[in-house]
Amino acid sequence: MGCPTRLFQAGSRQSLVQALVAVVAAGASYAWAMTLTPAPVSRQTSAPEAMLVRALLDIRDSKFSSALDHIDSLLVANPNFRLAQLVKGDLLLARARPINSIGNASGGSAEQVAGLRDEARARLVRSQIDPQPELAPRYLLQLPEKEKLALVLDSTKSTLFVFENTGKTPRYVADYYVTIGKNGLEKLREGDKKTPIGVYHVVSRLPKDKLTDFYGSGAYPISYPNEWDQVRGRDGHGIWLHGTPRDTYSRPPRASDGCIVLTNQDLEALAEKLQIGSTPIVIADSMDWAKPEEVESLRTELASSIENWRHDWESRNSDAYLRHYARKFTSNGLNLAQWSAQKHQVNAGKSWIKVRVTDMSLLLYPGKEEIAVATFEQDYSSSNLSNRMMKRQYWIRENNKWRIVFEGAA
Amino acid sequence: MSRIPLLALGAALLLVWQMQAGFAANSYEDASRLLKRGNYSAALETIETLLSANPRDARARFLKGLILTEQNKPADAIKVFTTLTEDYPELPEPYNNLAVLYASQGQYDKARKSLEMAIRTHPSSAIAHENLGDVYAKMASQAYDKALQLDRGNAAAQTKLAMIKDLFSGSVVPGKGSPDTDGPGIAATAQGIAGNPATTAAKPAAQSAKADTDAVLAAVNGWAKAWSSKNADAYLAYYAPGFQVPGGEARANWEATRRDRIVKPKLIEVTIGSPKVSFDADGRAVVKFRQGYKSDTLNTSGAKILTLVKNNDRWQIVQEKMS
Repeated sequence: MGCPTRLFQAGSRQSLVQALVAVVAAGASYAWAMTLTPAPVSRQTSAPEAMLVRALLDIRDSKFSSALDHIDSLLVANPNFRLAQLVKGDLLLARARPINSIGNASGGSAEQVAGLRDEARARLVRSQIDPQPELAPRYLLQLPEKEKLALVLDSTKSTLFVFENTGKTPRYVADYYVTIGKNGLEKLREGDKKTPIGVYHVVSRLPKDKLTDFYGSGAYPISYPNEWDQVRGRDGHGIWLHGTPRDTYSRPPRASDGCIVLTNQDLEALAEKLQIGSTPIVIADSMDWAKPEEVESLRTELASSIENWRHDWESRNSDAYLRHYARKFTSNGLNLAQWSAQKHQVNAGKSWIKVRVTDMSLLLYPGKEEIAVATFEQDYSSSNLSNRMMKRQYWIRENNKWRIVFEGAA
Repeated sequence: MSRIPLLALGAALLLVWQMQAGFAANSYEDASRLLKRGNYSAALETIETLLSANPRDARARFLKGLILTEQNKPADAIKVFTTLTEDYPELPEPYNNLAVLYASQGQYDKARKSLEMAIRTHPSSAIAHENLGDVYAKMASQAYDKALQLDRGNAAAQTKLAMIKDLFSGSVVPGKGSPDTDGPGIAATAQGIAGNPATTAAKPAAQSAKADTDAVLAAVNGWAKAWSSKNADAYLAYYAPGFQVPGGEARANWEATRRDRIVKPKLIEVTIGSPKVSFDADGRAVVKFRQGYKSDTLNTSGAKILTLVKNNDRWQIVQEKMS
């Protein structure tokens, strides 16, 4: 009896392994997997993603059948997980003939395949995220009691972190894979297909039935451009958190026009906890983990600067009060000189001033300059005027002193 | 008194049984020939008649599956092959053909599972391996289309997997290509066991060598078939009166041993791979081939040489040895 040496014969199974080892070596995506260790146990991520990562790690370990099993079972529940379909294609094709790259599809654009490869890499990078309970997110210096959670977007890890406000160090709750703008971070202009970098909050909710299928299970516009963006002349609008179309489980890491796109499942889970008009979102290049004592010392520094500002305002010593303002300060069209003149005039007409500051939110602004955003309720009363308002101040470190660079109603 | 009628009855019964067996064999060949000629309804009728007498006959049921496939009745053919896999889970061919039918309907996952079963039962089945490769490639292409949101319409028809045309086909590769243009080994097998040496006698002299080769191969195939179908009488009839019994054993003893070995296993599958026929100076045919032997207890293969002589237009074995 002739003994055809086909697939799965001892010799050619070896070549199958070699083919995928070549894939692992050649394809940037699979190569990433070579250096990975299994994800930590405390992570809260979506089940389909966890299955996909397990499959990719199986490929690294030459466990192709197990990889295909994981892919098949995740596709049962999520048939529109395109990256999973691509990996499935590779695993099947490797059984039919040797392959030497990831994504061997004929047809489709090179851009599409590249997008899915990027997603594979992003998902693997995400599998390495390991939130340390003993570390704190530096951006979240202080949250007011009413704020239930805060979001931090780490663009290099394509990840949106969710933190719960505990009154002390924010506690990690979950993290989600996200898509950002095609051209990356730091939006400057309308239509530049970038996602802004900065401190924002969720301003409203657009329900599913008011939107086309493109936005999936809902949309949550954020406050871009914020006061600091406007001061710097940045424009554009319509930066939303939103879901994916019905036929798409997830999109590549850089694919939107600037919006932050989550899977519908993840968006729905997040939406339950969002506080419209308040939940803060810090969008950064990368997450900044720090020791809680460092975060606390920065928080204390800023809080005492704000307290000194409040105290000097109450003292009606305009010079002392105005020393808290930065040289390039602006507020609603006033520069520092105009603002100073106005304050001198107003304070002179008062016999007393009382200022109470409550519900303080203190967030560090991502970027090169050291800036913090303070948002609080200001309860102002004086001999001739009383007023209660939400105020927002942008503090900048200038000559090693925190000074206000913008101030206005929140 | 009573012994003679009993013996006579026994002899009569044996005769009837032999006639039936002969009849069955003939109708199988008839159906097979009708199928090859494209006369599907006649082929189906013939095989149904055979099956009404022997409903469990695996080869007949297999052929029925092939006929139904040719008649473009995939649902019926699937039923036939499915019950064959249930009744004979150790045979790879029904799994393979089941897979081909599933694949033709775009049911690649079922096709894949069937082919994996075929390979599990028969790891060296070349056709099943090739088909499985095609199914994997097709499934990969489907997955890629989903990954890239391509709608290529009904691409199912693009895949053409190979049916196995003969139960107990072993390692030979029928089904792909025309038997007439293939090598002699394949041609002989594709013509199956149906070849009748008697019909070759009338052919012109120029073709007599080819006719002799065909007749020899037909005999070898017939021998393998008789062995496979555990028909000891038919099997032993392929040995010439002058057969050199191995080890100089008495012919009767040798025959008894052979009978025992043929009857005992539940299932035997003998295959002829790449047969090469030559003729020696005495006009004897020497056939070298790979013999595959598989039973419920044993699975071997090896090179074999059969030497045959022509007795009254019938090629018979005079020598048998493993090389």
